Amino acid sequence: MHFCDGKITQLEWVTSKQRLPMNSSKPIRTALSFPEKRSYGELALLHGRYRELAPHLVPLDYTNNPDIKLPLSLLVSMPELKENPFRDRIVQTFSEDGQGDLSFNDFVDMFSALCESSSRELKTRYAFKIYDFNRDNLICKEDLEKTINKLTKGELTPEEVTLVCDKAIEEADLDGDSKLSFADFENMISKAPDFLSTFHVRI
Amino acid sequence: MPSRTIGRNRGAILSQYYNRTLQLRMRRQSRPSLRDLPHSSRPSLRGYRVESDFSETDSRAESVRRQALVSNLQKLSVSDRVRMLRTMPLSMADKRQSSVSLVLPEDPLPSSGQIRVTSAQVLCHRRRPGSYCTACVLVTAHSLQLWQVALKRVGGRFGTGVLSYFLFLKTLLFFNLFLFLVTGLFLVLPQAVHPPPAVHPPPAVHPPPAVHPPQAVHAPQTPQLPQGPASFSGLELLTGGGYFSDSVMYYGYYSDTTLNRDCDNNGSLPSPGGWRGLDCARQGLSYSMPLAYFFTIGTAFFITCIILVFSMSRSFGQSFRVEQSTSLLAMKAFCSWDFKVVKTSSVALMSENIGTQLRELLADVTRNHANQTAGQRLWRLLVHGLAWTVCSGSTVACALAVHYLAQHMHAVRVLQARGEGGAGGVAADPLLSEARLLALPVGVSLINLLLPGLFNAAGWMEEYDSPSVRNSVAIARNLMLKVSLLSVLCFHWLGREATSGLQCWESFVGQELYRFLLMDFLFTLLDTLLGEFLWRLFSEKVLKKSRRPVFDIARNVLELIYGQTLAWLGVLFTPLLPGVQIIKLLLLFYIKMSSVMLNCQAPRKPYRASKMTTVFITLLCFPSFLGASVCVTYTMWSIAPSRACGPFRGLSTMMQAGRLWVEQLRDANPHLTWLATAHSYLVENPLFLFVAAGVFLIIIYFNSQVVGGQRKVIALLQEQIKNEGEDKKFLIRQLQNTHAKKRDAPARRSQQDSAC
Repeated sequence: MHFCDGKITQLEWVTSKQRLPMNSSKPIRTALSFPEKRSYGELALLHGRYRELAPHLVPLDYTNNPDIKLPLSLLVSMPELKENPFRDRIVQTFSEDGQGDLSFNDFVDMFSALCESSSRELKTRYAFKIYDFNRDNLICKEDLEKTINKLTKGELTPEEVTLVCDKAIEEADLDGDSKLSFADFENMISKAPDFLSTFHVRI
Repeated sequence: MPSRTIGRNRGAILSQYYNRTLQLRMRRQSRPSLRDLPHSSRPSLRGYRVESDFSETDSRAESVRRQALVSNLQKLSVSDRVRMLRTMPLSMADKRQSSVSLVLPEDPLPSSGQIRVTSAQVLCHRRRPGSYCTACVLVTAHSLQLWQVALKRVGGRFGTGVLSYFLFLKTLLFFNLFLFLVTGLFLVLPQAVHPPPAVHPPPAVHPPPAVHPPQAVHAPQTPQLPQGPASFSGLELLTGGGYFSDSVMYYGYYSDTTLNRDCDNNGSLPSPGGWRGLDCARQGLSYSMPLAYFFTIGTAFFITCIILVFSMSRSFGQSFRVEQSTSLLAMKAFCSWDFKVVKTSSVALMSENIGTQLRELLADVTRNHANQTAGQRLWRLLVHGLAWTVCSGSTVACALAVHYLAQHMHAVRVLQARGEGGAGGVAADPLLSEARLLALPVGVSLINLLLPGLFNAAGWMEEYDSPSVRNSVAIARNLMLKVSLLSVLCFHWLGREATSGLQCWESFVGQELYRFLLMDFLFTLLDTLLGEFLWRLFSEKVLKKSRRPVFDIARNVLELIYGQTLAWLGVLFTPLLPGVQIIKLLLLFYIKMSSVMLNCQAPRKPYRASKMTTVFITLLCFPSFLGASVCVTYTMWSIAPSRACGPFRGLSTMMQAGRLWVEQLRDANPHLTWLATAHSYLVENPLFLFVAAGVFLIIIYFNSQVVGGQRKVIALLQEQIKNEGEDKKFLIRQLQNTHAKKRDAPARRSQQDSAC
């Protein structure tokens, strides 16, 4: 997907089903922040996916800026997120209130951050927020333990998990406070060339 | 623990610090250079980014921040502004507010009822009125993006590793498409529209009837039986001969004259060199075939080289890290989950894999590396030596076998030709002799299929320090095999066939390459069938195990690279070969896709996708493309083209076409003598190449020194960070002591007061 450098604020479509008229009195402006024209098509795709989660709630026409938010439970049922162990955290990170209710803007934000060509800084930023379970802007040992448990789903014994967390923090923590700040996290991620390709959801 | 509580407040303290100093830093900031944004930390804007977490509740600080952002953005040009806003991880509300306060760009919007300023209008500063109808076109265009759904399915089930194979296939497809378009437009189409006259002695390229004995080559005007195209038997598709041999597919069909329209003197007499007939050329549209051939092939290779070098450097830039990483466990914890995988069973497998890898890494990190005894080390060396001997020995043996087989086939052909020439046209069984042509390609493909299995077996008995070393060794052995096979074949074709006196050796070499490409494809199909499909059936029904075969990514990618090398080698002799390669790649995609989905399981070993992609693109550029272009250059530079067929007949080398053209230009127009002198100094003189190579080497040395310096700086900075961490701990302890003393001091004073 090549649209992911930007996010949208308000979608002012006439309708996605009608043929967009040439001389429309109503200006069709999508607040897309990407000058590349193919983003229109991808936005249509995303709107279709958002709508199929709850067709009776989500309108086709966004000209009146409706304030519709879909709850967490609907969003984590999407096939792209269903099997992801971090699905709750991903949705919560992109919701405005932190509870996991996404409006369409947030939905597009989410997929634009997770897509193929978004920048490394953006992805690192959001990965840090996702892995920070207690939202204190630091990845402490408990956050890391939760991450590893979600990753391995009970493969490792609790002693092994504790040992892994200790060693990992020891490796990555630069300033010695036994927690990972954003700077430590970013430094570690910058040495991992695979991060960009694994932190990517295809839609 | 006291440091923890202080840690949380420290965040607030730091944020206040940033807030207070932001304005100061902003004032000192000069015009920012956008190029440095991702890598360096420009305080005013980095401060903005980091702060957006800390001081969310401070509205005054927010307005200050926004002002700072707006004033920074105002200093930039519009396109820079767009890029800046795009890369910032702000919510869109913030961005919109910032952009509203910016000056609108020059392009006015089409006037319609309500013109509302939204961020889109600022950011998409090149909106045009026609964008309305392009929107609906693009909705449909998106769904046509090539193979989007299939790639998503493969990525969802097998992860990034297997996906990289299919992406590599897609890249190769685009390369071949480009080559095909170029050669099709400039070579095939003009020649197909102007077929050469039938009186031409047919370029006989294979033994069956009417082949001229070598002595008759010098008399092209000798009337021969004009042989029309043979009837189409199915064997042509395999051998490329027969019906196809006198068609636009091969070099021999192309005329050496200037193609003209509306011209009586249409070159019914083949004029060697094609430089006569200029008066005719001036009457209508003229298209000089030799020049077109020369320049098309040259330009196509040059552009392919540039594209390859760019993609290689971009991929290298993404995956190269100046410092070797030591934080393996942390990286494994945060970067190993592949977010693309969606199938339940694959997800379970991935969890299991990650658990195993973490356990192994933990064991590695915590164990003391006991020194191996001398005996163990010697034993390991012996085993390695044995494996390498087996592999290189078998490679050399196969290369020699191919060499002798090629020699033998060549001798058989020559004998057959002489026998028929002498006996006056009693044809041997044509089908048998055509089928005999397939012996060499089948042999080489068989070797390519079986020998990697032997290398795998040799690799099992060795033990390696890490799986990536094992992977690299396997790739190296495979590569060695293919390089040696290809070099033997090139030596045979360019050294022996070209000078053998065969009448149209270029077409023959073109046919050989076509046969090799086709056989390679057929054997890949065979391997897919046997290796994956039948093996799965066998292991399920007979062995009763549920383990499916693993898709061997490295081996399959090397097969693709081998096929592409053949295609590049053959473009000079068979301009339609990229088309054949395109068909082959398309079929291969669907066959491999269905085979992988049905038969294989995800790889268990960790696969570093980005590093491997870089390795494969490098392999595509260096041995593959470089080898092909060296062969083609050598052919054009030194080998005499055949006299009786092709666009360069009569010239001493193919390069002479360019030389003659430059001389002709100079004769026609005396002002262009500088071109001729430039040509003779730059192209003909090898000194220029040496100088260029020297400059490149100097640049590479310089860059490597820079990288070494950066490594040292990184080490120093890390030590500095560690020291500052110690300082902070020390200061925190001091603070705690001071607080404790202050708490105790009034308590003691009140005690003293009460005591008195």
